[in-house]
Amino acid sequence: MPQPDPLTGRAQATRRSAGAQLDRLHILPLRLEGVVLERRGVRLLDELSFQLERGPCSVILGPNGAGKTLALRVCNGLLPPDAGRVIWDGPDAHQAARGRALVFQRPMLLRRSAWANVDYALRLRRIPKPERDQRIETVLRETRLLTLASRPARQLSGGEQQRLALARAWAMDPSVLFLDEPAAALDPGSTRALEEAIRAVRASGTKIVMTTHDLAQAERMADEILFLHQGRLLEQTPAADFFAGPRTDEARAFLKGEVL
Amino acid sequence: MSDLTAAFSTAVSLILSLDSDLVEIILLSLRVSGSAVVLAALVGLPLGAAIGVLRFRGRRALVVLLNASMGLPPVVVGLLVYLMLSRSGPLGWLGLLFTPGAMVIAQTLLVTPIVAALTRQAIEDLSEEYDEPLRSLGASFPQRVATLLYEGRLSLATTLLAGFGRAIAEVGAVIIVGGNIAHVTRVMTTAIALETSRGDLPLALGLGLVLVGIAIVVNGCAQWMQEVARRAAA
Amino acid sequence: MIRAPGLGLLLAAIALAPLQALSQGRPYVVLAAGTTTRDSGLLAQLLPLFEARSGLAVRVIGVGTGRAIELARRGDVDALLVHDPAAEDALLREGVASLRRTVMVNDFLLIGPQEDPAGARHASDAPAALNRVAQAQGLFLSRGDDSGTHKRELALWKATGTAPEGSWYRETGSGMGATLNTASQLDAYTLVDRATWLFFRNRGQLAILYEGDARMRNLYSVLLVSRAAHPHVRPRAQEFADWLVSKEAQAAIRAYTIDGQVLFHPAANPPSEESP
Repeated sequence: MPQPDPLTGRAQATRRSAGAQLDRLHILPLRLEGVVLERRGVRLLDELSFQLERGPCSVILGPNGAGKTLALRVCNGLLPPDAGRVIWDGPDAHQAARGRALVFQRPMLLRRSAWANVDYALRLRRIPKPERDQRIETVLRETRLLTLASRPARQLSGGEQQRLALARAWAMDPSVLFLDEPAAALDPGSTRALEEAIRAVRASGTKIVMTTHDLAQAERMADEILFLHQGRLLEQTPAADFFAGPRTDEARAFLKGEVL
Repeated sequence: MSDLTAAFSTAVSLILSLDSDLVEIILLSLRVSGSAVVLAALVGLPLGAAIGVLRFRGRRALVVLLNASMGLPPVVVGLLVYLMLSRSGPLGWLGLLFTPGAMVIAQTLLVTPIVAALTRQAIEDLSEEYDEPLRSLGASFPQRVATLLYEGRLSLATTLLAGFGRAIAEVGAVIIVGGNIAHVTRVMTTAIALETSRGDLPLALGLGLVLVGIAIVVNGCAQWMQEVARRAAA
Repeated sequence: MIRAPGLGLLLAAIALAPLQALSQGRPYVVLAAGTTTRDSGLLAQLLPLFEARSGLAVRVIGVGTGRAIELARRGDVDALLVHDPAAEDALLREGVASLRRTVMVNDFLLIGPQEDPAGARHASDAPAALNRVAQAQGLFLSRGDDSGTHKRELALWKATGTAPEGSWYRETGSGMGATLNTASQLDAYTLVDRATWLFFRNRGQLAILYEGDARMRNLYSVLLVSRAAHPHVRPRAQEFADWLVSKEAQAAIRAYTIDGQVLFHPAANPPSEESP
């Protein structure tokens, strides 16, 4: 299955179940095969290959400039790779774009209320209003934003903004949710609140894939670690094994806090 | 100096007397230029936004062309529209020459490049921040353009005001295609031109001051609406 | 965002309203008139009389005679009120105009700075007055816009036998009003028709220096654009042409004065001999 068009699936009616839960599309596992991204002769992603399964929380770990963000953008069809393939699988793979969501490091919030920001995303999916309202209420409550629902989104604090971006992505009930350095600019309290919200998303059955350069956060959140360095995948191992004893010198140095 | 004093007192007495001819001229000015701005917005906003978002061959040249066409001389536009609408021109059968409709067309052509060029810049800046997130939310191209226009609504309102300012202040185009007919196509600027040619400089300048006053009122209202919108939606 | 198309249609309807409005209202004809007849205030005096009598509105486009004739050639106006007999003859010959009637007459004036450094006011006739300006290299402003006044000025220069050339002779390329405004700033000589001069407010140091030569007679005629050449022209323009030469209109023309001076003398047939 080639890279899916982000616009496909619009013509198809959304399948829905009763209640606020949308009927989730199944597009996993995701496989990257030899993905290469080059800019001005420099390989930013170098023969990147891995597979992401349903279930575990996958954390892409690595120093700044390792290519973590680029990898997420390639997975989400925002950057076409110069070589290699991104393959979605599962019964709904042809609608992959509708089954995934991405939360950016800097949350992009629209100049309207918190509620309207989530509503915007659901309207793009042509979900009817009663269902939208129920869904928005659910995700805002779970991310502890319900009392702020009518506030202009851009007046929220950094942590609240990031949770709102998460709630908006979650509202679409994706099969897999990508988060790019979600806590990079947050204080410890906000980080904890955000991580709780991420756990809630995971508990709803959504696969979490997040990048971070924060070891402590990786230890708290990860079921498996993908260690990226200079655009290459050096390790993909269960989190416990990784933190017990990484196999590569680069990962050992990174764990010790050395400059790579 | 006495000319200026005379002009100022003329302007004040014009406004105070609420001369019915003057009111008619002001209303026609507002109607013609307002219509032109609405039409220019319908074309210029989506066009500017599309150029701001899309990447295609020849885009850079198009942007240069668009920016340059902000400086189109009104007389040239007026002449082109005249040649189109003249009875001997291709659109002569419409019978639009020397009507307010012809003036609206000419000013629309003048204002559309301004709206499109300024929109292009505003939307291009916005799309740096918004484009990938919107794509990841599954927004189609027209949906993304519409969203960017809505998000940029505060700065785009200024763009439309710039267009309105250009339209209400120009005389070169409307005098050619409108003919400055009393009670039919006479607007503020053509009335000023007429009084100048009659040598009644205080009256001409007085009318000019009234025009400036209108511009201030229109911009003040727009500013106030922007403040309200900003408070409502940050 | 989803409501945008509906909103757009609404806005378009508002914007197009002036386009529709034009087809309504009273019947009218379009007249291209030399700027002098408009700027002098004469038409503002005459037209309400005609409109009250006929119920027909006259929409006046005030332009130089040269441009008025071009508008007629393209079929953009129904009638002309102009003052360039030679150009009018050409229109009739070409079949663009179907009828001409002499309406009124006044005269051109040579004006210039009060002190008159060229001594034009002591000349024996109009060409001699211009010759004095040329010899003294007094600053002279020409309309340079193919208007009736410009054509007449060129004819007068031709009668002097000398071509007006040099830095003292400048073309403004503008209407009579703009040219007078410039002349009053530069203290320059120029040719102007009496009606515009009497109506003009911004005279500065300018004064009449020479008048009265028969070659400075200024004849105004009304012309109808031919329906054979331009089938769409409004036939009711004929009513206006007929009215201009009627007793009522001729009397109104004579009655129009500024500072006690008659601006235009009636000249409809039988041709009036009372030219100034």
